[in-house]
Amino acid sequence: MLADRVRADFPILQQRMNGKPLVYLDSAATSQKPKRVIDALVRYYEEYNANVHRGIYRIAEQATEAYEAARRKVAGFINAPRPEELIFTRSTTEAINLVAYAWGRVNVGPGDEILLTEMEHHSNLVPWQLLAAERGATLRFVPFDDQGMLEVAVFDRLLTDRTRLVALTQQSNVLGTINPVRELAAKAHLVGAKVLVDGAQSVPHMPVDVQHLGVDFFAFSAHKMCGPTGAGALWARYDLLDAMPPFHGGGEMIMLVHLDRSTYKDPPHKFEAGTPNIADCIVWGDAVDYLQGIGMHSIREHETQLTHYAMRRLSEIPGLRLFGPESPQRRGGILAFDLDGAHPHDVAQVLDQDGIAVRAGHHCAQPLHRRLDISATTRASLYLYNTEEDVDTLVTGLQAVRKLFAPRTTSVSGS
Amino acid sequence: MALDDLYREVILDHYSHPRNKGELPDPDIKVEGANPLCGDELSIFVKLDGGRVADVRFVGRGCSISQASASMMTEQIKGKTIDEARALAGRFKAMMQGEAVSEDELGELLALQGVRKFPVRVKCATLSWVALEQGMDEFETARGKVTAKATSERS
Repeated sequence: MLADRVRADFPILQQRMNGKPLVYLDSAATSQKPKRVIDALVRYYEEYNANVHRGIYRIAEQATEAYEAARRKVAGFINAPRPEELIFTRSTTEAINLVAYAWGRVNVGPGDEILLTEMEHHSNLVPWQLLAAERGATLRFVPFDDQGMLEVAVFDRLLTDRTRLVALTQQSNVLGTINPVRELAAKAHLVGAKVLVDGAQSVPHMPVDVQHLGVDFFAFSAHKMCGPTGAGALWARYDLLDAMPPFHGGGEMIMLVHLDRSTYKDPPHKFEAGTPNIADCIVWGDAVDYLQGIGMHSIREHETQLTHYAMRRLSEIPGLRLFGPESPQRRGGILAFDLDGAHPHDVAQVLDQDGIAVRAGHHCAQPLHRRLDISATTRASLYLYNTEEDVDTLVTGLQAVRKLFAPRTTSVSGS
Repeated sequence: MALDDLYREVILDHYSHPRNKGELPDPDIKVEGANPLCGDELSIFVKLDGGRVADVRFVGRGCSISQASASMMTEQIKGKTIDEARALAGRFKAMMQGEAVSEDELGELLALQGVRKFPVRVKCATLSWVALEQGMDEFETARGKVTAKATSERS
């Protein structure tokens, strides 16, 4: 099994929680980091820490080369045609906000529509609410069915010549659903709409090719794919980036500055004002090397098998309702569920005692939970280092939760 | 941090058999409380008679700690004056903030003391109490029936 080979690469997984091995099932929130990524971060600070793009001494050139090499690696990871199309940001959220601000304010006006889905993370919803309010545009939403699949027939109906942008997630961070991005993007282009994809949950777990998907904007981040926090990226077609005004103004992004006006560099630098997150972007390249060394097809296959196993084991627990598609082929390794009689915060609290880390709450997707008519779910999410034993420990822990919160047969004090 | 400290038997009992659960028609005080962080929700209904809590009920959904705390609160404040109920709320919150309190002051509520060791859960325990305080404060200001809103962010 893949996990048996890679677990030793992750120092954090070697430690014990409450005397028990750490069972980390929260990789959809952030993944753990392999030692080579951690080492690369230390190496940067110990050996060649310097600001990029301006220095004419050796370590500054070394830092600049490493930063641009990382850009090439990260761009190559999603098969971007040109590395200059990849802008480093601090997160997926910032990448989406960049598009909403720099592209949206020019290209979206009164009466225009932005087509979203009801399964979006707040990061692919709130920026569009802000833009729509400012520009007098309208947001439309594609619902999902009881299997957690987007209702494509409704998408077809809502997509009109008023639609300026379709923005959707490639993989839901709650339902695990993998959306048919390529099919929807092709339809969107027929009416002249642009397509933005939130790839935060997909890029770490499956091969992603932005050219094959045929999209215009693609946002994702490092920390969910074995890289450090604080680094994200926006990929966009060069012609779109070239036509867009800057996002932030400041150093690094200018050609000539006068007191009353400035000219800007070409993409990507036009969109990277200020000293970037040099160390974390460089180290993101090491995370890409690590994942490519294993192979994204192998990771996807491992997770699909483990998801299948987890779904079968979870179905053994009475009163447990798992959300999302029934077929492991149509979903990623994200398992959000409701357990009858136990609130998600109580579930997570009890599991923590056994060293099991899961997430409880609305997972930054309140409208999705409202649609499911629940306020919160418990979410276990899988990655390359998770094993069937991790799933077994989770199932044993959930049996203990059920026992603890089983209705009391006798009342301690009456009323 | 033993789990038994958090999930004392009396808490689990109140969670699975909540006391005074349900709506109260024509209440003098109605407060809708919410913990935006974790989605706990509860509404409290208070009926006053001669300055005392004649009846109190709650409805809501949320974790065991928030629901058990509300259930225990309804039992404890029935028959108390507004000032007495608020004083009890003050002592309860003091306990959750780490002050030493005696069983004489809080009775069964002492079972919730263990929540202190789990800082993210403290707001679950105090939600019903801050909602009660908010409702009583607004009732006094309005000198009449009120519908108030409270969140666990109030401390």
